[in-house]
Amino acid sequence: MGSLFRSEEMALCQLFLQSEAAYACVSELGELGLVQFRDLNPDVNAFQRKFVSEVRRCDEMERKLRYLEKEIKKDEIPMLDTGENPEAPQPREMIDLEATFEKLENELREVNHNAEALKRNFLELTELKHILRKTQVFFDEQEGGLHPTESMTRALISDDSIARQVNAGPVQLGFVAGVILRERIPAFERMLWRACRGNVFLRQAEIETPLEDPSTGDQVHKSVFIIFFQGDQLKSRVRKICEGFRATLYPCPEAPSQRREMAMGVMTRIEDLNTVLGQTQDHRHRVLVAAAKNIKNWFIKVVKIKAIYHTLNLFNLDVTQKCLIAECWVPLLDIETIQLALRRGTERSGSSVPPILNRMDTFEDPPTYNRTNKFTSAFQNLVDAYGIASYREINPTPYTIISFPFLFAVMFGDLGHGLLMFLFAAFLVLREKPLAAKKTDNEVWNIFFSGRYIILLMGLFSMYTGLIYNDIFSKSLNLFGSHWHTNYNESTILTNKNLQLNPSESLDYDQNPYPVGLDPVWQLALNKIVFLNAYKMKISIIIGVLHMLGGVSLSLYNYRYFKDRLSIICDFIPQVIFLVFLFFYMVLLMFIKWVSYAPQNDFPKSPACAPSILITFINMVLFKKADPLKNCDTVYMFAGQRVLQKFLVFIALLCVPIMLLAKPIYIMRQQKDKHVQLVNGHATTENGDAEGAGRVVQPPQPHAGGHDENEIGELFIHQGIHTIEYVLGSVSHTASYLRLWALSLAHAQLSEVLWSMVMSKGLILDSWIGGVWLWFVFGFWAILTVGILVLMEGLSAFLHTLRLHWVEFQSKFYKGLGYAFTPFSFEVILNTAATAVEE
Amino acid sequence: MGASALPVLIFTAFWGVVGIVLPFIIPKGPDRGVQQLVLMMTAATCYLFWLCCYMAQMNPLVGPRLNQHTVLIMAREWGNPLL
Repeated sequence: MGSLFRSEEMALCQLFLQSEAAYACVSELGELGLVQFRDLNPDVNAFQRKFVSEVRRCDEMERKLRYLEKEIKKDEIPMLDTGENPEAPQPREMIDLEATFEKLENELREVNHNAEALKRNFLELTELKHILRKTQVFFDEQEGGLHPTESMTRALISDDSIARQVNAGPVQLGFVAGVILRERIPAFERMLWRACRGNVFLRQAEIETPLEDPSTGDQVHKSVFIIFFQGDQLKSRVRKICEGFRATLYPCPEAPSQRREMAMGVMTRIEDLNTVLGQTQDHRHRVLVAAAKNIKNWFIKVVKIKAIYHTLNLFNLDVTQKCLIAECWVPLLDIETIQLALRRGTERSGSSVPPILNRMDTFEDPPTYNRTNKFTSAFQNLVDAYGIASYREINPTPYTIISFPFLFAVMFGDLGHGLLMFLFAAFLVLREKPLAAKKTDNEVWNIFFSGRYIILLMGLFSMYTGLIYNDIFSKSLNLFGSHWHTNYNESTILTNKNLQLNPSESLDYDQNPYPVGLDPVWQLALNKIVFLNAYKMKISIIIGVLHMLGGVSLSLYNYRYFKDRLSIICDFIPQVIFLVFLFFYMVLLMFIKWVSYAPQNDFPKSPACAPSILITFINMVLFKKADPLKNCDTVYMFAGQRVLQKFLVFIALLCVPIMLLAKPIYIMRQQKDKHVQLVNGHATTENGDAEGAGRVVQPPQPHAGGHDENEIGELFIHQGIHTIEYVLGSVSHTASYLRLWALSLAHAQLSEVLWSMVMSKGLILDSWIGGVWLWFVFGFWAILTVGILVLMEGLSAFLHTLRLHWVEFQSKFYKGLGYAFTPFSFEVILNTAATAVEE
Repeated sequence: MGASALPVLIFTAFWGVVGIVLPFIIPKGPDRGVQQLVLMMTAATCYLFWLCCYMAQMNPLVGPRLNQHTVLIMAREWGNPLL
């Protein structure tokens, strides 16, 4: 038996590792990825395990690396990904790594801290610069003002009051200037107006360029404002409001000369700051570029160290504290490789004592491990999605590799659509390596890419079935010359709207069929659907019954492998008889009908007397006598058919009680026999050894009896369900295969509709305009073809095929109660880590 | 029996070679069993599919009903001259 037909044989092994060598050994095993460790301290809290502190340190390192990565991404520095896979470093190197990361992180944090302070300073200065510039405009607007505040006063207060105030002496107006977020301005203004009863005067101007918020790094729009008011009370009120709105106030001298001086000072300070900031950024950039070169490498190292310590945490410590004990599942075939890896690990660690790998006996079910390659893994995934096979159960995958694309193609059969699908998959397969290296998180793309071999085969088979259906974008190819001919004179054609060719006339029909697939004439015929329905329904049932028979036959391999002779006799044989005598007989009837009712035949075997297979089958099961068709003397296709059918149905029905009762009754009787023996055995010991009797007799009898009865009851129920499922299933599953016909019909019709509604409209115009028009129409048709016929119809055919495999095929033999083998492998761990980071 | 020997022979031989001869000459390797199975099943399914289509047409119970335009076009394009 090949490798994929059953899951690998597994062994539970005990592994003794020298404490010093454990790390290196586990690291080697991680590179190998063939060992699944079991948790030996399941009740120990995660925080109380032996290597918690190391795991913590790794977590800390990971955190630092993520911080570094975030900073690198922020600066958009490309991270070097050489694709190399460094080995897990020695434990002592961990300290070096930690020190490096610590230094880097501290440096970066310091730089960032400084940069932030500098930026804050820079922001304040810029704001001040803007204030000075804008307020200058406000002040300058009061042309010829003696004193800025005085001129303001004039503007503010009406002439009358000025006159009064002139009498009362000059009034001193105070002002504050500041910067506020632009979106706060309206609320701010309203608040000022209400709180100060309109006794303040606010001027504001927008700062055109957005400023950077140093703490968040966002760009924010701000406005400069200046508020004039009178008196201290108002001043304090205004200040409070400014505080409340988080406006920053800046000192602004009154005298223009002072302002100018200040502006100059601010400008020079900004210049200085800029140079310092530039240097800080340069430094940061240098640090990050250096880190970016190594960061992927570091990530891999840290992830590996962490994985190793996680694994070591699953181990048991020996009493002497000198060695670690592990339990692991190992594929039997790989024990050699694993031992080699362990030896390498020991050598690397410099330890003298070799590790010991012991096989253990166990009653536990081993995990299911199917060794797949890049071609078979996609198919294995289809099967695993339903359920992981029980240990050493027959694996449906090898059979699925062909039956899946074939059933798909029966529904999807179209040479053109199949070709499109094939080309797409061929592109994926040929450019496999570069495409695989370019990891994307586009889910749809990843699904297509991982299923590329399935799609490839589906495309190929669709091309073949399309050739047989003689369908290419709903048109037919006339490769070999149709075997139907028209032999009419002009007047017959002109007087008759429709003409039917006569199959018994050798001028009309060559008397032998078109060699490859359907005759192209059917594509043009008005009664095409009638013909196609009869044909496609029949092949659906033929394929379905064979598929199911295949499934039932596979159950024989299971029974034989598990040495279950009882099930072969009580389950398998009646199941096969039931299926063959009823449904395979129907398939045979179809072939007989195809062969025996030739068009030239006379009356008993003429096409007019051909009975419907379905009606025949229904009458057969119901033991009903059917009336022959008009002018025909019998409904039967061959002599003795009636007796044969009665016999077949009788035997098939007889199989039902056998399936239902034989196995449980046999087991029950067997147990009774055992029981009797057991009781007899007890009796003899009691007689023989009177003293010890009291001790021996106590436990089993009443308890065990009740238990057995329960078990037997369960067995009956289980068998009953199983039988009902099988018998009813045979009927419903056979009918379920009619979806092959239904989907194939729908697909063909849809593509025909698309042709006649869209593409043929592009062929009605002459001259060059017709060419342009056709160009557009073809584009539309092509989009719909790919979008609806290939993608959507393909998806629906795919799902139906999946169902036919999961339900109709696998229910005949597949238990799927196992659990998957999940080896400790760095490759898997790194991949999951990579996807987690991307998310 | 409305079958002609040539296509039946060719198809049977072709899929017979794929399904019966090729599995024997597959080079030894870990996946030999799967490769054999793939070839055999391919041949079986494809042959069955062709055979069903062929047999379904061997004894047509009805002939194709054609529109008069189709008949005219068939007469011109497929070389069935009008009588």
